[in-house]
Amino acid sequence: MLKMTHLSKVYRTEVVETYALRDFNINVKEGEFVAVTGPSGSGKTTFLTIAGLLETFTGGEYHLDGVEVSNLNDNARSKIRNEKIGFIFQAFNLIPDLNVFDNVEVPLRYRGMKAAERKQRIMDALERVGLASRAKHYPAELSGGQQQRVAIARALAGSPRLLLADEPTGNLDTQMARGVMELLEEIHREGATIVMVTHDPELAARAQRNVHIIDGQVVDLAEDPRFHHAVHAARNNAPA
Amino acid sequence: MFAYYIQLGLRSLRRNPLLTALMVMAIGFGVAASMTTYSVFRATSNNPIPDKSSQLFVPLIDNWGPEDAAQNKGEPPEAMSYTDAMGLMRDHRGKRQTALYPVAPSVIPADASLLPIRESSYAVYADAFAMFNVPFLYGGAWQSADDEAHAATVVIGRKLNDKLFNGANSVGREINLDGRNYRITGVMDTWDPQPLFFDPVNTSGFGDPIQLFIPFTRAIDLKMATNGNNNCNKHAGEGWDAWIRSECVWIQYWTELPDETAAAGYRDYLRGYAAEQQRSGRFHWAPNVRLYNVPQWLDHEKVVPQEAKVSLLVSLGFLLICLVNTVGLLLAKFMKRAPEIGVRRALGASRKEIYAQFLIEAGTVGLAGGLLGLLLTGVGVFGVTLVFDPDIARLARLNVSLIALTLLVAVLATVLAAFYPTWRAAQVQPAWQLKSN
Repeated sequence: MLKMTHLSKVYRTEVVETYALRDFNINVKEGEFVAVTGPSGSGKTTFLTIAGLLETFTGGEYHLDGVEVSNLNDNARSKIRNEKIGFIFQAFNLIPDLNVFDNVEVPLRYRGMKAAERKQRIMDALERVGLASRAKHYPAELSGGQQQRVAIARALAGSPRLLLADEPTGNLDTQMARGVMELLEEIHREGATIVMVTHDPELAARAQRNVHIIDGQVVDLAEDPRFHHAVHAARNNAPA
Repeated sequence: MFAYYIQLGLRSLRRNPLLTALMVMAIGFGVAASMTTYSVFRATSNNPIPDKSSQLFVPLIDNWGPEDAAQNKGEPPEAMSYTDAMGLMRDHRGKRQTALYPVAPSVIPADASLLPIRESSYAVYADAFAMFNVPFLYGGAWQSADDEAHAATVVIGRKLNDKLFNGANSVGREINLDGRNYRITGVMDTWDPQPLFFDPVNTSGFGDPIQLFIPFTRAIDLKMATNGNNNCNKHAGEGWDAWIRSECVWIQYWTELPDETAAAGYRDYLRGYAAEQQRSGRFHWAPNVRLYNVPQWLDHEKVVPQEAKVSLLVSLGFLLICLVNTVGLLLAKFMKRAPEIGVRRALGASRKEIYAQFLIEAGTVGLAGGLLGLLLTGVGVFGVTLVFDPDIARLARLNVSLIALTLLVAVLATVLAAFYPTWRAAQVQPAWQLKSN
């Protein structure tokens, strides 16, 4: 589904070159739930934005759903983002002037979908996250957990093949975080491919597979006993 | 998507009312100032006879010589002497031609209790009506035979017909001018060409609609003096006969030439005519002649008032300043929404779609500014009498075309002003925006 080979991302200024990703390799199969972990500044979010075609990369190859994306123009990249990828952000990123219904509608508008189909999909997505009754509310009228559910509904409404989540529970308290995580697991069970960046070992432990990034490169978890231990401990503490 | 973007644009107007009000006012005032002055400029620079403006010509013949011409950049006098006008009429080289001059007969109403009426009047030849596309409500022009017969015929205007005959068909009836009866051959429909192209010399291009035409030959017989300018470079002598034989210029002359070949032929003819006058000893200088079509003639006579040009330029400058301010305000408005742009890009909006959304949003701001501008233009058009001569100010009107133009200029100018802010908006890097959130 998502395959990056020897990928690099370099930020250049006049005096310095900074590698955000270096010889980066990853292969996420269709239907997988992968957690991407690593310390701050390791390149996790850069990986996610490149994966989501929000940023270009400097070298290497990136195949998304079998398509090499490095040479695509803005229109083609936007179309892929719209049709194949759903985003869930730590800060929810809802548009404050739009109500819940209109926020969920945004990606469907860019797809040129007819009004009736849009409405059906929006209500289905809101039903699924338990917020159909809040369709006319504005983001400021919702709790953090509800806002993140709206963001998930927005990501799901377009039936994307790949869901990219960047610290989806980072701004939520434990109870709300648990609810959002359960929702993601449910979505995964229904067949979605999910790549989730997180700092939280407990969340990472609930994914099928963990990928650890340090200094812009994927490292083998087996060679990092501290992380291995943290994951083990988190698994033992996880609710049954 | 257009309707969606309009909806977003209208929603955006409400988002920051103060910023929106500032932009709407900047555009409204800028557009209103431009449209008000444009309404005057448009009226004064209008082509009064678009169908025939390239076929109607004013010939000028230098009958004063190089000394006088030198004071006028080498140009011949702007009117014609009776001698030359009659010479050209006799030669009859155009498809149609007329000599004309303003006269001031008094119309004596049949009802003795009413006072005599003075209306704007001209002495012309029969060809003038067809040449100038004069519309008729009743009847028509007198015939060329009437010119030759020096007939007491007359064409009156609709307004005068309303006054004298309550608007009834008065063709065949008589009116009394200065104590003499004239038979009405036609009643003109409303005819108010602006500028008054056929006599800018005596009217400065603007004046009341003409209500009375009498045959030129008849006016000369009755020794009707011109009601316009009479310029002489030396003493004309005493009496009517001396005056019409003098080199004083007081007649406007027009000829209709169907195409450029005919115009070229007429120029040759004019040179030949002047050369003939030189050979006969009347002119002591080489032929100096001109032939101007309607736009050239109005330009030559500087019919568009200088203040109309200057005020238009100043108001366009003001509009430009308003637009520069609008650029800044739009930039602030759009860049404040960088996070939203990042989200929209992440959800599938291409740069093209961001351009469309923000330009249409600017268009809605422009439309709101245009509506305010329309209101202010209405006030401005009403107030142009404070700046311009009443004859010119009355031409400035807030009609359908000016309303459409005001709204169009407001929307287009704002969309134009929005290009840079929109370009900046489209350059927003979604990754950075989403990371920074």
